[in-house]
Amino acid sequence: MDGPDVGWYLIVAAILFGIGALGVMMRRSPLIVLLSLEIMLNAANLTFVAFARQQGNLDGQIFALAVMAVAAAEVAIGLGLIVAMARRRMLLDVDQASALRG
Amino acid sequence: MGNVLVWIIWFIAAAACLGTGVAVVSMTNPFYSALSLIGNLASLAVLFLLLSAEFVAAAQVLVYAGAVMVMFLFVVAYLGGRADAPWAGGPPLLRTAAVVAAAALLTEIVVVLGLAWGDDLTDPSQVSASFGSPAEIGEAFLTDHLLAFEITSIVLLVAAIGGVVLGTTREKEEEIA
Repeated sequence: MDGPDVGWYLIVAAILFGIGALGVMMRRSPLIVLLSLEIMLNAANLTFVAFARQQGNLDGQIFALAVMAVAAAEVAIGLGLIVAMARRRMLLDVDQASALRG
Repeated sequence: MGNVLVWIIWFIAAAACLGTGVAVVSMTNPFYSALSLIGNLASLAVLFLLLSAEFVAAAQVLVYAGAVMVMFLFVVAYLGGRADAPWAGGPPLLRTAAVVAAAALLTEIVVVLGLAWGDDLTDPSQVSASFGSPAEIGEAFLTDHLLAFEITSIVLLVAAIGGVVLGTTREKEEEIA
């Protein structure tokens, strides 16, 4: 395989996952939390694709595509929730939205 | 020679990937955050190409950087100034705990990688030129992974209905409130 070994890709994925986890835990805006979640999902995707290349097996790439579809669904629902929060004039702050009461 | 070129491309893509990742997490304006995420997804697509995953890279750019991020930018535009996200991350104790937890996660992953480094991670298998091409992905989806393929469509349908339900205003709400 030309270029870096699979391990280097995994290191990039690990750092990316750490950045995303930091964003999810530290930021309070639900929009930024969703974006950070996307970063974490993509780090997982990079790991799947890297191992698919390592093993010479396509299953990892199939899983990465499935993760992409689930991420699209998650964004649709998450953005729907954020718009619903904005409609009810709630503060856009995940710390404030702690009750499930409609 | 080709080897060096691949290393250079890998390094640029990886650096862009991590840099835009930090930008997504640290921007106060969600619009810039979303734009940085597009850059992040594009550089990840380059890494996917280097891993001979052509179809995944194309889907990443089309579906993710295209469709999903447009949806995101629409919501940011809809919210306008209300979407601005000041950095204040709650009490200092919680902020410290968040950094410690993220650092712990990262350390765990890196330690596991370091332990596995010499054995399996440096000897990739040989793959044919058509590995990861749309034809091979399609064949795998419609033979071995047909159930996952069909369930994915149901997940997307449920999410679409859920998005519509969450987005519509109901008359009843006025009475309750």
